[in-house]
Amino acid sequence: MEKATDWAALAKLPKFAELHKKKKRFLLTLWCLGSVCFYLLPICAGYFPELMRVKLWGRLNFGYFFCLFEFAMIWAIALFYTYKTNSYFDPLTREAVAEIAKEAGK
Amino acid sequence: MRRFLTAVIVAAALCSAAPAAPRQIAPLAGSARPYLASTGGGPEAAAPGRVFAAWRQDGTGAKAPAALLKEVKTNKGITIGMFLAIVLVTAVIVYRAARSTKTTADFYTAGGGITGMQNGWAIAGDYLSAATFLGIAGLTSVFGADGFMYAVGPFFSFVTILLVIAEPCRNAGKYTLGDILSLRSDSKVVRGSAALSAVVVSTFYLLGQMVGAGKLMQLLLGIPYRVSIVGVGVLLVVYVTFGGMKATTWVQIIKAILLMMSGLAITVLLLWKFGFNLIAFYDAVASSAPVQEHVRGLLKQVAPQPGLDYGQRFLEPGLLLKDPIDQVSLGLAFALGAAGLPHIMMRFFTVPDARSARQSVLISMMLIGAFMIMVTMIGFGAALFITPQQVLAVDKGGNMAAPMLAQFLGGGAGTIAGDLFLAFVCAVAFSTIIAVVSGLILAGSAAVAHDFYVNVVKDGKPDQKEQMTVARIASFVIGAIAIVLGIACEKQNVAHLVVLAFAVVASSNFPVLLFALFWKRFNAGGIVTGLAFGGLFAIGVVMVSPNMTYPKKVAADAQKVIVVLEKKQAEGVPLVEKELKALEKARADYAGNREGRSLVGLEAPLFPLKNPAILSVPVGFLAAIIGTFLFGNRRDEELFDELYIRQNTGYGASGAVDH
Repeated sequence: MEKATDWAALAKLPKFAELHKKKKRFLLTLWCLGSVCFYLLPICAGYFPELMRVKLWGRLNFGYFFCLFEFAMIWAIALFYTYKTNSYFDPLTREAVAEIAKEAGK
Repeated sequence: MRRFLTAVIVAAALCSAAPAAPRQIAPLAGSARPYLASTGGGPEAAAPGRVFAAWRQDGTGAKAPAALLKEVKTNKGITIGMFLAIVLVTAVIVYRAARSTKTTADFYTAGGGITGMQNGWAIAGDYLSAATFLGIAGLTSVFGADGFMYAVGPFFSFVTILLVIAEPCRNAGKYTLGDILSLRSDSKVVRGSAALSAVVVSTFYLLGQMVGAGKLMQLLLGIPYRVSIVGVGVLLVVYVTFGGMKATTWVQIIKAILLMMSGLAITVLLLWKFGFNLIAFYDAVASSAPVQEHVRGLLKQVAPQPGLDYGQRFLEPGLLLKDPIDQVSLGLAFALGAAGLPHIMMRFFTVPDARSARQSVLISMMLIGAFMIMVTMIGFGAALFITPQQVLAVDKGGNMAAPMLAQFLGGGAGTIAGDLFLAFVCAVAFSTIIAVVSGLILAGSAAVAHDFYVNVVKDGKPDQKEQMTVARIASFVIGAIAIVLGIACEKQNVAHLVVLAFAVVASSNFPVLLFALFWKRFNAGGIVTGLAFGGLFAIGVVMVSPNMTYPKKVAADAQKVIVVLEKKQAEGVPLVEKELKALEKARADYAGNREGRSLVGLEAPLFPLKNPAILSVPVGFLAAIIGTFLFGNRRDEELFDELYIRQNTGYGASGAVDH
């Protein structure tokens, strides 16, 4: 495309650097949190079967609610990510793009 | 067209809902055989009331069924009618889509004109395969809580898709993985290996789906395996070749709607019987005598152990998934694998911008999660009303659990509503096959035609018309190959192919994609090494894993049967006909497998786990890193800044709306 564009210089623009840093931290935190919860399920089922068997409500045991919790957690991650991106990262991205466009247009 | 579809759906839903009021649950005393027809004769010979009998809240009345149905009794007329309706509706969609498919952008990505909402439903339609719907319901009906645990994995994969893949891919890409990777390196080798990897993965996935489709059609309609493979294959080739992504998207959306409706209908009818009281429902499952007996069989306990609540055990994990390391390994394959599946990635290029990509993942996650939870309840319902024994008697894979439960809830075999509901669910399963396989064929065609032919062989020079022709020819050829392979693999166990596809993607495509998007030093060397070594290593590990058949193990198992039965014979106990047959088969198995070795010449598996991901994913990442340092290239590093800005902001992306 624009052969003459100095992408390395554009990447150093302050708005883009800020977007990059904050977004990376946000995504990584969310991803790690989700993964820890996710792998906890097979680990608990494998190594702590007694815990999974504890009856909580009628016949329904801890394991069942753990599985339900996983679904709730994954939905929560999706909703939180969407909320945060729409309300915070999208405006930031627009600012960064405006800055890049200005710089590239010079 | 859509009005017609709605009419069909509403009619089906109403018909099946009407006679299923809760009053029908009254257990009929004296006919305690679950889902059991008279032993001889067609559906008309069956005694009335036979279908309602499985439910026993006290768990004492039901006896082990004397004889189990070998196949589901369907009303051929209604079932075939439903299938034809599905074919007709989809054909109209394809016809309309074909008229407006003129460029390759139309063909591969529907011109980027799909909305976030539509794409969300389409992703759900693309991802929820027949294996998810019928397979997980069956798994739960046979292994209880483990089915629920299993369902979490495929759902969790969407966290990675949402956070790491969807928006960057939309911002940076065009049609394929090759497009994104070639933003980091101009090398033709990179594009070539990306195309090859996409084709290999899609073929594995496709093969699993095709063989499953053939077996399903055999089960549902009684059509011979080969006829169904050819029929389904030809239909799909025509659909994809002419309709492209537009047709595929609409087929997937409609399939997702039908699937959600049938899932919802079965779940609501099921829980209605218990006044929507989950406690009462699970109490009934755990109190069911056939379930308790089945669990005892799974635990291989000949005599009941005092103090052990077998029904409660059904609600506890560990009946199927026994090795926690294997579970973590499977989880890893799901968590990272789905994110790199070519046919899922391709869906993000159909929306106009990152915001719609985000919205579409959110919607698909809501749908898929809700569906997974419903499917496991359907599984438990099938365990209760159909019994695990009957589910297994019809199909060892448990695939008929959901359709049989639908038939039961509709009023049972032989009733119009029951047969209609059964036919509806079967037709939905059929539409599921169409939707998933057409997505796969399209992804394969994009890799071959767009990446390989247009960009590697022809340097990106061919004009639109030639590109379209090549894209259509590629879809046709891939479809034809799928048919041939499907027929060739009839007798093979292809279940591990899907596991393999996820593991290969998680250890090759995913590390490479992640590094390409986020690691500045990454370069062509890393891409090619990562794709090739990661993928081959994962395949290699599967070849030496317990997924393969090990004749010596087969022989050893057969010998055990022989010893037990011969001992029984020696003690003077006459064997019944079934046991004699088992003995004969065991002897033949023993003789045929005594000296054999596995496909790669092994006597026993080298790798102890069924899921290779826990080993192959780190190896794939490592291969990509080592490749990067061995074959360094300054130019590729410079390209990082460009891709990085693009993937984060959508700046300069094709068809992307300016933020």
